[in-house]
Amino acid sequence: MADREIDEPTGTATTGHSWDGIRELDTPMPRWWLWTFYATIVFAVVYMILYPAIPMIDRATQGLLGWSSRGAVQSEIEGAIANQADYRQRVANAATMQDIINDQELFQFAVSAGKSAFSVNCVQCHGMGAAGGPGYPNLQDDDWLWGGSIDDIRQTIAHGIRSDDPETRVSEMPAFGRDGILDRDQIRNVSAYVMNIAKVPPKYGDVAAGEQVFTENCAACHGDTGQGMPEMGAPALNDPIWLRVTDQDQVVAQVTSPKHGVMPAWEGRLGDTTVKELATYVYSLSGGPSATIR
Amino acid sequence: MKFTTETIVVGLAAFAALMGAAFAADAAFRIHAYVLTIVLAAATMVLLRQIQTTPRGAKVAIFGVRDDDGPYMDGVVRAGALATMFWGAIGLLVGVIIALQLAYPLVNFEPWFNFGRLRPLHTSAVIFAFGGNALLATSFYIVQRTCRARLFGGDLAWWVFWGYQLFIVLAASGYLLGISQSKEYAEPEWYVDLWLTVVWVGYLVVFLGTVVKREEPHIYVANWFYLSFIVTIAMLHIVNNLAMPVSFLGAKSYSAFSGVQDALTQWWYGHNAVGFFLTAGFLGMMYYFIPKQANRPVYSYRLSIIHFWSLIFMYIWAGPHHLHYTALPDWAQTLGMVFSVMLWMPSWGGMINGLMTLSGAWDKLRTDPVLRMMVIAVAFYGMATFEGPMMSVKAVNSLSHYTDWTIGHVHSGALGWNGMITFGALYYMVPRLWKREQLYSLRLVNWHFWLATIGIVLYAASMWVSGIMQGLMWREYDEQGFLVYSFVETVAALRPYYIMRVLGGLLYLSGALVMNYNLLKTIRGAVRAETPMGQARLAPAA
Repeated sequence: MADREIDEPTGTATTGHSWDGIRELDTPMPRWWLWTFYATIVFAVVYMILYPAIPMIDRATQGLLGWSSRGAVQSEIEGAIANQADYRQRVANAATMQDIINDQELFQFAVSAGKSAFSVNCVQCHGMGAAGGPGYPNLQDDDWLWGGSIDDIRQTIAHGIRSDDPETRVSEMPAFGRDGILDRDQIRNVSAYVMNIAKVPPKYGDVAAGEQVFTENCAACHGDTGQGMPEMGAPALNDPIWLRVTDQDQVVAQVTSPKHGVMPAWEGRLGDTTVKELATYVYSLSGGPSATIR
Repeated sequence: MKFTTETIVVGLAAFAALMGAAFAADAAFRIHAYVLTIVLAAATMVLLRQIQTTPRGAKVAIFGVRDDDGPYMDGVVRAGALATMFWGAIGLLVGVIIALQLAYPLVNFEPWFNFGRLRPLHTSAVIFAFGGNALLATSFYIVQRTCRARLFGGDLAWWVFWGYQLFIVLAASGYLLGISQSKEYAEPEWYVDLWLTVVWVGYLVVFLGTVVKREEPHIYVANWFYLSFIVTIAMLHIVNNLAMPVSFLGAKSYSAFSGVQDALTQWWYGHNAVGFFLTAGFLGMMYYFIPKQANRPVYSYRLSIIHFWSLIFMYIWAGPHHLHYTALPDWAQTLGMVFSVMLWMPSWGGMINGLMTLSGAWDKLRTDPVLRMMVIAVAFYGMATFEGPMMSVKAVNSLSHYTDWTIGHVHSGALGWNGMITFGALYYMVPRLWKREQLYSLRLVNWHFWLATIGIVLYAASMWVSGIMQGLMWREYDEQGFLVYSFVETVAALRPYYIMRVLGGLLYLSGALVMNYNLLKTIRGAVRAETPMGQARLAPAA
């Protein structure tokens, strides 16, 4: 501390050293800084007494409050389950889906519960608004592949479509082109007919000849007028609501070598009660007895 | 002849790298070895040309970099300053690209340029390439001047510099090739880690050797911070990267740790990379350049001692706060939290010393945009080091964790503190390193200041809002106890903020480009004709 000169503007002494022209003032530590530092140390000590903190030989100190993160989660989950227990039990006990629909209060609960389960498990394919996408059915409209009554919906959710569940819904459209059942012109003509009954003008093909092909090959499943057959999962073709097709070329592709979607069976994963809730929610979007027969 | 030994060694290394490619155990390692071969072969070529064309003893004059005739070895500092400017632009550009990718997924180009590979490229480029070169350059600059000693080890400093650039190139090319050990901020695989270890030991030797042979009786505070940074990073790097390679000619390795031990080791590393790389190292920068630029003494010597020791003692324990509400035992979470809370004042000690050093010189802020840049850096430092302890409190963390709030927090620190103090240091050093009277343009510095500041505000504010919104949406239950939002709804809600972030990043990047232009002009010795800062433009007489 050789030459402790006084710094003019602040009136504080320097430490007397200089590094490349930099000097340091001998200012004491700010009091507020020091006391806040002490306060955080006190906080830390108190916190460590109250909560699990110091590792000992076989386990850590557990803290005076007896708090643990596992315990906290456990009690939160138990509280949430207890709050819903009454309603969940009533959903589980409902003998038929109609019983849930008839009980206004229970119906509201099941719709909320179903929406919540839908947000976690179903949105990945069917979309957040349940509007679907190419290959994934829209659940908002009144057009159903496997029937839109609440029991149909429940059956579909519980056992899936082309899933590994023994009771799964399953159907398969023949590969008319790939397997040589129809030739190229027949497929072009039937695609023209399909466009025509969907009320979209076809780009190519003979509608009249296509009707002949349709009656002989397609009507058995899709119905005489293309109205569809929910028992077989055969889609209605007499409307412009399409699952995976947006133009005539894709109709040709689907007839030639069809694609088939798969939906998992959810009963084993989510349990019967949640499946009932999901069915109620999906039904609330647009389902109903009217949707089964067009 | 200069460079003979160097040429032979680098040439042999290039051959060894080619052999590595020939006998590689997997495709990733093979391509990486080819990258190394090309880099080393190019380096050999450059060295060879210098042997042939350089007369004995002559200096090579690329940007006047190797002019080392002064009392201090400044060539390597000049190279470091140029590398900082270059990698800064790259790192910020990649940041803007990945921000775009989050807002517009179409910008992902598989497989090399998807978000998963570019994200570590961004973080490593800004932290280790931009920040690391800034630390290398400033530490070499400061340690020589505050010790009144030339760098220890002669050309060892050059070897450290080029070795570090090679580490950056290997790390960056590895990320794009998909080579990663999946540890955040420690993604490079085992062989790149080994190389960095060797380079880092060289760095320690140069720095410590210079401190040891100093002419000053006392070690200046900036050098305490640099030394703690170098030593601690070595320890963190070695322990976190302990791993067993599957093959000595293959890219893949397995970590020595597993499960929650691995997580804890990783965040002990990760948090202290922030603490010692981005805090301690850059405080070293602050302790030199602010008193220099303000031409004022450091505010408090006592505060600098206490906050230095408390900072480095507390920081090392705070890592577990990254693992709140995970499989990490509760006691470790508690310790991580309380040490983070106690870290608040030790961090603020640096802010006080930085800001209060301006006592008696506050008026300079009006006329000196470089000083203003350094001061706003300290302000952001103070903000980020308050926010950090706050976010480590478990109740706050349960909302903030895994959300964009964390991203906003680190960027207010990285862009505000690390970026701004580095820019300030470059503006201070470059004219002096190249012996120029002044910067090319102070007005452009002012432009840079405002572009960067508005960029940070846009960035941090959008991430705070989106992060808190995201956290609240994740935990929103309706009155019947059902989750209100699906995950994808929370993602959709973030989009406007992601676009705002791109804008903030663009502003910050353009500020850095303005700086690079300004500094390159300065290096060339140009001076822009402009009205001096802080002087009223004279109105023509009526």
